[in-house]
Amino acid sequence: MPHLLEIEDLHASVGSKKVLTGLNLKVNAGEVHAIMGPNGSGKSTLAHVLAGRPGYQITRGSVTYDGRNLLDLAPEERAREGLFLGFQYPVEIPGVNNVYLLKAAMNAARKHRGLPEVDAFEFLVLVKEKMKTMQMDESFLSRGVNEGFSGGEKKRNEILQMLVLEPRLALLDETDSGLDIDALKVVSNGVNQLRSPERAIVLVTHYQRLLDHIVPDQVHVLAGGKIVRSGDRDLALELERRGYDWVLREAAA
Amino acid sequence: MTETRDIEALVGRSYQHGFVTDILSDTVPPGLDEDVVRLISRKKNEPEFLLAWRLRAFRHWQTLREPRWAHVRYTPIDYQSISYYSAPKPRENAPKSLDEVDPKLLETYAKLGVPLHERARLAGVAVDAVFDSVSVATTFKGRLADAGVVFCSFSDAVRDHPALIEQYLGTVVPHTDNFFAALNSAVFSDGSFVYVPKGVRCPMELSTYFRINAANTGQFERTLLIADAGAHVSYLEGCTAPMRDENQLHAAVVELVALDDATIKYSTVQNWYPGDANGVGGIYNFVTKRGDCRGRNAKISWTQVETGSAITWKYPSCVLRGEGSVGEFYSVATANHYQQADTGTKMIHIGANTRSTIVSKGISAGHGQNTYRGLVKILPSATGARNFTQCDSLLMGGNCGAHTFPYVEVKNPSAIVEHEASTSKISDEQLYYCLQRGISQEDAVNMIVSGFCKSVFRELPMEFAVEAQNLLAVTLEGAVG
Repeated sequence: MPHLLEIEDLHASVGSKKVLTGLNLKVNAGEVHAIMGPNGSGKSTLAHVLAGRPGYQITRGSVTYDGRNLLDLAPEERAREGLFLGFQYPVEIPGVNNVYLLKAAMNAARKHRGLPEVDAFEFLVLVKEKMKTMQMDESFLSRGVNEGFSGGEKKRNEILQMLVLEPRLALLDETDSGLDIDALKVVSNGVNQLRSPERAIVLVTHYQRLLDHIVPDQVHVLAGGKIVRSGDRDLALELERRGYDWVLREAAA
Repeated sequence: MTETRDIEALVGRSYQHGFVTDILSDTVPPGLDEDVVRLISRKKNEPEFLLAWRLRAFRHWQTLREPRWAHVRYTPIDYQSISYYSAPKPRENAPKSLDEVDPKLLETYAKLGVPLHERARLAGVAVDAVFDSVSVATTFKGRLADAGVVFCSFSDAVRDHPALIEQYLGTVVPHTDNFFAALNSAVFSDGSFVYVPKGVRCPMELSTYFRINAANTGQFERTLLIADAGAHVSYLEGCTAPMRDENQLHAAVVELVALDDATIKYSTVQNWYPGDANGVGGIYNFVTKRGDCRGRNAKISWTQVETGSAITWKYPSCVLRGEGSVGEFYSVATANHYQQADTGTKMIHIGANTRSTIVSKGISAGHGQNTYRGLVKILPSATGARNFTQCDSLLMGGNCGAHTFPYVEVKNPSAIVEHEASTSKISDEQLYYCLQRGISQEDAVNMIVSGFCKSVFRELPMEFAVEAQNLLAVTLEGAVG
């Protein structure tokens, strides 16, 4: 079976600064991968390059998603093809209703697949059900997108959107940062709900503690713009014990 | 990052109402003197008092100079090159009912989406349609008459209700008020008239569509709306014009009078031709609108969505004379391409415990220049007066401008005046976030702009809120892209 996501020798830069320097990664449907690494190693960059954020130049390499050249697709097309990015810092859009945005997102994807627009009533039922999973307050329905949300609320909202949109590939960029332990459980529970043989999840994280709740199939260490070590979840535990220095030393050797 | 490039790719969709209706018009040759004023008055069979009033206005106008304080630039207007009267030529007999109105005219309104025939009934909208200078057809006179509401063209009102005209005309915007108001008073050709009697809640939304069709004509309509004690009325005006290379002048006057406990809600969706992407052509929209809360607890609320015109110069205002009266101004003004908007409001607090709210949303794109100019004046008599002002500007691209001139004069120490202002840009972050959710760039921009304007749109009657939103989408189409 072909990989859902296959990244080969990916080089990317912002202006004159090289941020990815020959990154390789293969992700199969049904898998959960964790990408860890020190600050500034290129973890968030990888997520944004995959999502198609403007401003990055891809200088070398390829990214294949579901058999297609991902880099050929506009950001909105990638999203409609089932690629979802959970943002580290979700932006506020004042006056635009949360549910309105979410419904527009869902309908854009449905239209792309030749499906009719979602029925407003059914949609609301669906959102409310997912809100229960995320333990979100009803008042969320009438608020603006991330408007006045706390950091934790914004992260829950990202996972809520993911649950509603049911992406095939979810990239979660430091979704655990800024969450207290209860919120972390809620968020992890949401992510685990999405796990299925058809979907893949890539977690970008600093902390092992997230992986106590969402157990990954593979763990990768990203340093200096490429993956320098891969392993199973024991690697994450070892990183927590020993830090990153030994990995970096071994990679340099 | 890419925003500047994207935004500079700004090319608006072509103006959708830019057609010309081929119709025989009775147009007075260009030029303005007392004879033209007399001619207009004679063509309309006006009573003596009205001609006298026009002549006073004209003589006063001759002593005035065009105002220069607005933050707008344009080549001087040659007032002698404008035709001051243009009416669709009546066929043998003037139309006695809608069925007799020139079908070409009705077609024009159909193109404009004016709900004239049955559609109007379904929508519950009564429409007075002003084509160039003359009111063509007024729908729903019957149902309104049953409620005692007078809704007709200004000319009809002069004929049928001269006492009301004589009592109220020029009492809110006197003929000496300003250059354009004086000009309008001298040469106005038609407009709408509304009178809602004591205690009557107008049974439907009232609506007027204005359209400039003929070339080289000015449009000078005049609206007078009176809500007697305890009356309640909601009124909407929409405006369009054909695309022409030369600029055309529109200098209207609107006067509102609200007596004790009366409420007037006046909404405008202004989509005059804005000129092309290079700033050629377009309407000069120099308009004086003012409401007088003459009675206790009267309320006047202005809502405007200004997407059109090459230049907009208008300040719908409220004179809060009656104790406890309320004035509101909700505005969305856009300036795309080379459009210039200098708009805002005046809230004049005279009575005790008067309150006013100002919410202004300015959107600038392309080379557009958008100015908010507002005055909040609290006179010594206005004990306990309150004002809240919020002025927000949204910039799209790096070549446009947003300017704010809020004037505040407080002469009573018990007054509370608040002012909030913000300037923001549609951020790359917001766009990217929407794109990542699968939403197209165009839909994302519309969504963000609509969100920005939400507190104004929700003041519009439902069906017009949708129209305003669509209009805004068309106006700013491609503004980021």
